[in-house]
Amino acid sequence: MAIAAFSFVVSTSTTAEELGYPEKEELTFGFIKLTDMAPIAIAYEKGFFEDEGLYVTIEAQANWKVLLDGVIDGRLDGAHMLAGQPIAATIGYGTKANIITPFSMDLNGNGITVSNEIWKQMKGNIPKQADGRPVHPIKADALKPVVDKFIDEGKPFNMGMVFPVSTHNYELRYWLAAGGIHPGYYAPHKGDTSGQIDAQALLSVTPPPQMPATLEAGTIYGYCVGEPWNQQAVFKGIGVPVVTDYEIWKDNPEKVFGITEEFAEKYPNTTIRLTRALIRAAQWLDANDNGNRPEAVKILSESKYVGADYEVIANSMTGTFEYEKGDKRSVPDFNVFFRYNATYPYYSDAIWYLTQMRRWGQISEDKPDSWYKEVAAKVYRPDIYKKAAQSLIEEKIIDAALFPDFTSEDGFRAPQTHFIDGIVYDGSKPNDYINKFSIGLKAGEKI
Amino acid sequence: MSLLIRNLINLNREQSFSDQSLLLAGQKLKLALLPILGLLAFLLLWSLAANNVTTSLGKFPGPGAVATQFDNLYQEHMNEREKEQAFYQRQEKRNADRVAKDPTYVAKIRAYTGKETFLDQIITSLKTVMSGFLLAAVIAIPLGIAIGLSQTLNQAINPIIQVFKPVSPLAWLPLVTMLVSALYVSDDPLFAKSFVNSLITVTLCCLWPMVINTSVGVASINQDWVNVSQVLRLPALTHVRKIVLPASIPAIFTGMRMSLGIAWMVLIAAEMLAQNPGLGKFVWDEFQNGSSQSLSRIMAAVIVIGLIGFFLDRMMLQLQRWLSWDKASAKR
Repeated sequence: MAIAAFSFVVSTSTTAEELGYPEKEELTFGFIKLTDMAPIAIAYEKGFFEDEGLYVTIEAQANWKVLLDGVIDGRLDGAHMLAGQPIAATIGYGTKANIITPFSMDLNGNGITVSNEIWKQMKGNIPKQADGRPVHPIKADALKPVVDKFIDEGKPFNMGMVFPVSTHNYELRYWLAAGGIHPGYYAPHKGDTSGQIDAQALLSVTPPPQMPATLEAGTIYGYCVGEPWNQQAVFKGIGVPVVTDYEIWKDNPEKVFGITEEFAEKYPNTTIRLTRALIRAAQWLDANDNGNRPEAVKILSESKYVGADYEVIANSMTGTFEYEKGDKRSVPDFNVFFRYNATYPYYSDAIWYLTQMRRWGQISEDKPDSWYKEVAAKVYRPDIYKKAAQSLIEEKIIDAALFPDFTSEDGFRAPQTHFIDGIVYDGSKPNDYINKFSIGLKAGEKI
Repeated sequence: MSLLIRNLINLNREQSFSDQSLLLAGQKLKLALLPILGLLAFLLLWSLAANNVTTSLGKFPGPGAVATQFDNLYQEHMNEREKEQAFYQRQEKRNADRVAKDPTYVAKIRAYTGKETFLDQIITSLKTVMSGFLLAAVIAIPLGIAIGLSQTLNQAINPIIQVFKPVSPLAWLPLVTMLVSALYVSDDPLFAKSFVNSLITVTLCCLWPMVINTSVGVASINQDWVNVSQVLRLPALTHVRKIVLPASIPAIFTGMRMSLGIAWMVLIAAEMLAQNPGLGKFVWDEFQNGSSQSLSRIMAAVIVIGLIGFFLDRMMLQLQRWLSWDKASAKR
């Protein structure tokens, strides 16, 4: 550590010419109170922003919509965003704006929770381990008979997620559909943005902190949300998390850092420098085998960041997860910030979100594979990431071995397995992938 | 209080007192004791009730928990000030390094980017509410006088006032926000957009009570005075300055007091809704935190908001007492 710090001090004199000083030094970044905003908090608290000559103010935002509007109208220079937000904004679903991301913020970190009543009905359908605890991962097959019963009785089966283009919406839909439960289609060309056409489970938007209360009130029977709102349900005894997103799709991409395209063009040095600071923060979060996590949890529990109690944040940040009360299991990599190239903005990650938007009708028209790649290349900007990473490597701040091999990297991850339904995802063939699902729109179909 | 004690001592020393002084002392005792008794009863009820309410964030905060939070908030403020100093020191060093490398560089000092403490938030809210209120007064009082003087103008503008008056200022907030972000574009703005948003929302809600009260005050000036003015053939401006303004000051102040009270309530709500800096944002941030201390911190903020609202009202009242000739109007 001392050596790294020393080499940085020495090397700043040489980079000043290469990289150039930031054009805009005073910046404001927005975030939502969730543990995965950690890289921003760490870059601030550990002085990584200041090392780049950036004077950053960090502001919590009321909800995802306010945050997105803030970045679009320039009140915020950048923000912690749902990966779907820059993509949806670029293709004009919801608000139209050119937002890009040079930095992917984390992998995993969400869970799906159902109410105690639903859990009681589901539990009989789940096979048991030798010690009597249910076998994980739990599939939605176990929920299917419960939903069928609701439908037979003519009652709606309501569930909650946080935003129409959120990871949570797609994860919940993925899990339900993999278990044979139809989560419904969107039809924006007909003005239907409720996403409940043909639905067996009716999904609606609820802000993250309100999830447990809404579940308790009986308005919804389950939800998909980021931490700490799944563990909160366990502590309060009102619900049971049945599955984490790590089990739905191991190491799925989650949040991104979003800025407008205009900002990146107007302030290229600033963009690279803020990316450098974020990369350093992410690396710090995962360094020493998560050895820095307790310090990170302490920072996050301050009221200006996430502000929840230390114990609650520590639970999800250190890789354990409590399912049914007392059923505590280790979920390694519950939240990954740097390992497995977590911060690199892969085109294939963006394309996955686009395939889900198409699958559920948010993209109403059929699109060729080339379109998916064009959109991904417009939003995800590994070129900026690469410049930032290479300057960090040259200055010997982060070892080259920790980054993807930039000479051969084409922005597509190798075909990914580890989905709960066993379907393989190859980002270079989006239409093929969409056609593999039994539930969901396929090539050529339109609502 | 000291007066009371002196009275009591006097009572002891001089065994002979008139019925009147006994009555006076009794009244003063009542004046001092009753509010204290009320406050004690309230604190007792509060802590009893708080002990019996359990929420998802733990027990509802009692007076003790809130007092602890006041201490915490003060400590946080002091810690933040220390961090601020360190920030400026680092910045100076960084600027010096850069100037050493590039002598043409003109070093800038950037404001501290850390968290706004509770105290900072109070000051922000106070600044916003006063600016919005003063802006509204500058618009509303001349407008009110004009409407009060001219029947024609009154008939023309009255429908607009009647329609806009009942609109909750919070309903204006989305429109104000959109308009400000579209029209207030500058690379180096004098005021932050969030400040302008809060300010305009406050102004919009301050406007109507002041316009209406002023115009009613002006319209109902004693006819004799108007006649005097006409006999003396006072020019229009002098008529306003010497007759209309002094005559309607009680009404204007009544409007201003109402406005300031509403403005304070609306500002907190607007800050919560739009996440503009201030006490409202403090409350909303704490609510979103969901920590076991959140509720007691919110309660601390609620008490401060109430006290500030109270002092703002007293301040206007005092101002009215100094400036208004009609001392009875200040009691209303």
